[in-house]
Amino acid sequence: MPVTEPIIEKDRQAHRLTPDPELPRRLERTWRQPGGIWGWFSNTDHKAIGVRFMVTAFIFFLLGGILAALIRLQLMRPENSFLGPDAYNQIFTMHGSTMIFLFAVPMMFQGFGVYIVPLMCGARNIAFPRLNALSYYLYLGGGLLLWIGLLTNTGPDVGWFAYVTLSGPGYSPGHRADIWAQMITFTEVSALGVAVCIATTILRHRAPGMTLNRMPILLWEKLVISIMVIFAMPAVMVASSLLLLDRLVGTHFFNPAEGGDVLLYQHLFWFFGHPEVYIIFLPGASIISTLVPCFCRRRILGYTPIVVSVIATGFIGFGVWVHHMFATGLPQLSESFFTAASLMIVIPTGVQFFLWMGTIWHSRLQLRLPMLWVFGYFFVFLIGGLSGVMLASVPLDTQVHDTYFIVAHFHYVLIGGALFPMFAGLYFWFPKITGRMANETLGKWHFWLFFIGFNITFFTMHFLGLRGMPRRVYTYSPDMHWQTLSAVASSGVFLMTAGVLVFMVNIFRSRMMGEVVGNNPWGDASLEWGTTSPPPSYNFLHPPTVNGRDALWDALPDQPVVVGLRDDIRETLVTHSLDTEPQHKDEDPGPSIWPFLASLTISATFVGSIFTPWAIPVGAPPVIITLIGWLWPRGHSPAPLPGIESWIH
Amino acid sequence: MDSLREPIRPLTLDVSNLPSVAFGELNTTWLANVFYMAIEGMMFALMFATYFYLRTRSQHWPPGHLPPAFKYGLANLVVFLLSLIPARLAQKRAPAGDLRAIRIGLAALSAFAILATVFRIFEFTVLNCRWSDDAYASTVWVLIGLHSGHLVTELIETLVLLVMSFTPKMEGTRLADVAINSDYWYFVVISGLLMDFVIYATTRFL
Repeated sequence: MPVTEPIIEKDRQAHRLTPDPELPRRLERTWRQPGGIWGWFSNTDHKAIGVRFMVTAFIFFLLGGILAALIRLQLMRPENSFLGPDAYNQIFTMHGSTMIFLFAVPMMFQGFGVYIVPLMCGARNIAFPRLNALSYYLYLGGGLLLWIGLLTNTGPDVGWFAYVTLSGPGYSPGHRADIWAQMITFTEVSALGVAVCIATTILRHRAPGMTLNRMPILLWEKLVISIMVIFAMPAVMVASSLLLLDRLVGTHFFNPAEGGDVLLYQHLFWFFGHPEVYIIFLPGASIISTLVPCFCRRRILGYTPIVVSVIATGFIGFGVWVHHMFATGLPQLSESFFTAASLMIVIPTGVQFFLWMGTIWHSRLQLRLPMLWVFGYFFVFLIGGLSGVMLASVPLDTQVHDTYFIVAHFHYVLIGGALFPMFAGLYFWFPKITGRMANETLGKWHFWLFFIGFNITFFTMHFLGLRGMPRRVYTYSPDMHWQTLSAVASSGVFLMTAGVLVFMVNIFRSRMMGEVVGNNPWGDASLEWGTTSPPPSYNFLHPPTVNGRDALWDALPDQPVVVGLRDDIRETLVTHSLDTEPQHKDEDPGPSIWPFLASLTISATFVGSIFTPWAIPVGAPPVIITLIGWLWPRGHSPAPLPGIESWIH
Repeated sequence: MDSLREPIRPLTLDVSNLPSVAFGELNTTWLANVFYMAIEGMMFALMFATYFYLRTRSQHWPPGHLPPAFKYGLANLVVFLLSLIPARLAQKRAPAGDLRAIRIGLAALSAFAILATVFRIFEFTVLNCRWSDDAYASTVWVLIGLHSGHLVTELIETLVLLVMSFTPKMEGTRLADVAINSDYWYFVVISGLLMDFVIYATTRFL
């Protein structure tokens, strides 16, 4: 019976669930993932892959953080010889590349998205779980390529955006820039794969009743981000591929002597690069929009304006890229246009800010640990946002271009917009992932150490920038009088490092001996809290239905559950994108080693192409064989029972 | 009192009678295919943008080359347009499980795709430029290379489905895959037509 049809009272008893004590065992047998090393590489459970994304991204965060600490040690005093210019160039390039491509997007979009979205939709697994697994291995391959490059003295040294002509064949011989460009291919193919999985899960696997206007804001944001990834990431793949072609086979896209153009690279890069900022920031905002109503014990104020703001951000985010290029001498008219667009994008972010404030106002606020990080976000991101408004103005931007003022601005935006919500989200969903609560006292130590250290380091950089200290210089003369501020900025790193160490102790300790909690320790409203902590392999014993925007808060005492999905095969429910009317049943393809094998052949081809173009024709047949192996149907036929199959056209 | 202590049993939404295969826009793979066409369409769009951007940086276009010769491009245009017929046939008959029509459609589509690939190899020989000549030549080669990658990928996919159509595995969701494969072929044809317009027409008429 479709969920939208009213159930007549006299039929109610006939439609009540009959408990089946054997059901969990049967579902577990069908849905469990294989064990052992082979099984580890065959795993297609979104929860396992989501956690792998998060753990791997966090390891890269630690590595990127170590590089940041080295940078600050070098700049602590003038004419320091701790790092030479070549090592310094590699280290600041690796720091930026690692933090953006290997940490921020994989953690905020892929990690959180892959783990949470299917649970929040009430689905048994993510759509296309094998593509999802492949995306993880390719991401890992890209990260390993970059870091093995650094450890073999082939670390990229051309800045995280690898501008030509510096990164072109004339000025960067060797393979350092090639490694950067091919790392982009790995990580972007991965992000694109996850975007397809997440968008399809949201549009096709939402619980019956979770219509578009009842969808949690987090799902709205993940949908918008996925679509942004789909339209933005191809630009950086085109930019990095053309760069590779210029370097490896002698094309001339960016060579002005042969009709190429240097600014073309910047246009292509920033057409990706600015939406990327929102691809990093919107996941953070989605965590804030989830946590604020939970800890204020009330519905979020202005659901519709927030959703409209998120969609508006997605659109306007594609129209501001030239503000990264104000110093390149573009026509004044285009500069004015992009100034206006850059100011305009403040409006939807401002709307969200005011609505969060409005939700908190006069609420019964519970200042638990995740909420502390939310307040940290408000403070830090607001400062970054305000300096962003200043930088939208061409004269100011031109004045402080390439100085530490910019470094301060984007660290306030990115650490404020991503790292603070990340810690909030990790503490919030930790009990769901592990079944145990993280320690609140250690968490508060973590917060204050990190918050104070962060502001010491980066607020100081505003002044350094206004006093003219340029970015990307490995040292400076004492005559410049930057040493005091530089030493202050460097001192904050010790506090931040201590904070992150406390976090790691907390996570390891709480994982082993944290307080065991029930399904919904925070009393939150969304569906992932309606199953056990941690969730079983099949996510929900009975897939849920939804009766309002706040699924668990609005649930009726006898809220219907979905029955009739087979438990001997991995059957999933597909619902309509708009009204979530159940449409048909699909089958999860189950665990497979082929995505891992495909990632090996694809990685070998990508890495080989750095050294010779013949890697493409030589590498293609193994890639094709592994893809056919992956897609060739095996086992039982798609739907052998019952009797005649019923199809919809 | 006993009934009060007993938890209320939830109502149920029984989906056991729902169909297990969907065609067209209801199919989840159809949606993923649309997303991948958007991704690859974006790459074509950016390469076209690159082409016209570089054109604004040059006084002559093509700079010091003759425009690419028509013949193989034109032949491929005809092949692409004719190939739409078997692609549509396979797509139209897939929901009915008409294996004969599917085999004919996929075999003809494979033949057209092989022919298009052969013509494409010759097309590279009459472009009147080499990729390393200048930025214009690089763009032409990369555009055609990008499209050729799609062409060969689609050829392999069609061949795999053709082989599968002679095994018992061609049923249920695989029939939906046949229909989706035709959608992707339309994408290859449309992007090929746009590319031909950019490479052959704009160099002569615009």
